[in-house]
Amino acid sequence: MKLIVAIIKPFKLEDVRNALTRAGVVGMTVSEVQGYGRQSGHTEVYRGAEYQTSFVPKLKIELVVSDDVSSEVVEAIVEAARTEKIGDGKVWVLGVEELVRVRTGERGAEAI
Amino acid sequence: MHYSAGDTAWVLVSAALVLFMTPGLAFFYAGMVRSKNVLGMLMQNFATIAVVSLVWVFGAYSLAFGPDWGGAGIIGTLHFFGLAHSAQPVPGYTGAIAQHIPPLAFVVFQMTFAIITPALITGSTADRLRFAPFIVFVALWSVLVYAPIAHWSFDPNGWLYRMGAEDFAGGTVVEINAGAAGLAIAAVVGRRRGWPRSPMPPHNVPLTLLGAGILWFGWFGFNAGSALGANTLAAHAFINTNTAGAAGLLGWIAMEKFRGGKSTTLGAASGAVAGLVAITPSCGFVDAVGAGVIGLAAGAICSVAVTAKFRMRLDDSLDVGGVHLVGGVVGTLLIGLLGTAATGGVNGLIYGGGLPLLGHQLLAVVACGAYSFGATWAIAKVLDKLVGLRMTAEEELEGMDTALHAESAYDFGGSFLRSLGGGGFRPSE
Repeated sequence: MKLIVAIIKPFKLEDVRNALTRAGVVGMTVSEVQGYGRQSGHTEVYRGAEYQTSFVPKLKIELVVSDDVSSEVVEAIVEAARTEKIGDGKVWVLGVEELVRVRTGERGAEAI
Repeated sequence: MHYSAGDTAWVLVSAALVLFMTPGLAFFYAGMVRSKNVLGMLMQNFATIAVVSLVWVFGAYSLAFGPDWGGAGIIGTLHFFGLAHSAQPVPGYTGAIAQHIPPLAFVVFQMTFAIITPALITGSTADRLRFAPFIVFVALWSVLVYAPIAHWSFDPNGWLYRMGAEDFAGGTVVEINAGAAGLAIAAVVGRRRGWPRSPMPPHNVPLTLLGAGILWFGWFGFNAGSALGANTLAAHAFINTNTAGAAGLLGWIAMEKFRGGKSTTLGAASGAVAGLVAITPSCGFVDAVGAGVIGLAAGAICSVAVTAKFRMRLDDSLDVGGVHLVGGVVGTLLIGLLGTAATGGVNGLIYGGGLPLLGHQLLAVVACGAYSFGATWAIAKVLDKLVGLRMTAEEELEGMDTALHAESAYDFGGSFLRSLGGGGFRPSE
């Protein structure tokens, strides 16, 4: 099992979700996050005083998938999230040791 | 005594309009503070309504508009304390300026001015005043600073009024007074911790625009109501008020553009207020051209003036000095140039009236500004020594809302990361 973590531009969420649905993924967790990579923040001006904001709003998607579909799912996210402009985000994959479905107690791939 | 129903109705409605400006001001300011200090700012403004309402009835009104004490035009007596003798006409309003409204209508109309003036000061000390000492400050300030200056400029027996200085609706009494007082108390309590290096951006600009809209609306009562009648002079003041507010808005955002930036919504709100501030003393003394010039000048000048605090190292947090003091000075002095007897008052310099009016206006600016600054500084200094005006460092870091009032304005995080200082800050020079 793999944990796929993706940081994407907020307005790309629907595209990514549709792509994941087509790839057969049935669940995900989304959170609003802020951060920065190569994309710097923006400058705001209030009564002439400039404020540099270095944190940019992003969405973080987390989902657990079985090993055999992991690269396919990553590919779907990358394709859907891409605008080819700076700040498109990152996707990374981690191994998952254990997974439990709380309702039934099922473990491992059964719980995905 | 014969009262005019129309005049009375207009003045009573105007009083309600002006009272509504203080909640408007509260939101104008509350949008500009950080999300942890919203309720603290709103509370100071609402509490000011309550405190001054009582102080006005019990003492301050009489000191401002009661029979002159000793004939020097410095202060009134306590003849009207507790609204005693309220059937007697307000002294000094005789002949051409005789009032056709019940004295109590005048009392309540003037009360709303006395309320918003100390409320304006709250912008300069945002985020750092203890609450109880603030209440005491407002009460003392109303008696020791507002009442005398109102007597000088508004009361026909006041020394500035008698000399010929013109202040239609409070350029000296409200705007210069609040602006100078704001600088004085900010100097006494000191800067917010971290200012100007830490970012302290407005948390809710839409709230500020809503507040500016309410102020603009209420300002018609403030200025046109100061005609104390439903008449041509009120109509002059009304249209001049709107013209100057509009010109001020455009003047500020044009200046932002000329200086290489973008036109901002906070600039639009600030410019409208600057224009309205400047037309306050002048709305009953200038024509439409004068109103446009005054508004435009105030918008442009104030947009630059608000950056002076960074050079002065004085944390006038929400620019009470930069907008109200400077705007008030612009409007009060320009009467000396643009005043025209065709509207009201006497002719200024460009209408052939010569220099005397400008001289009177300059003296009024200096006298009111200096007295307000000095007396406010003294009151704040004494209170600070006796009880302490300033919150502790821990309270300031936590924010007024939870530390002083045990409440929070919003139950979501808002700009939490930004408030932790996630970026650089460069004060404008």
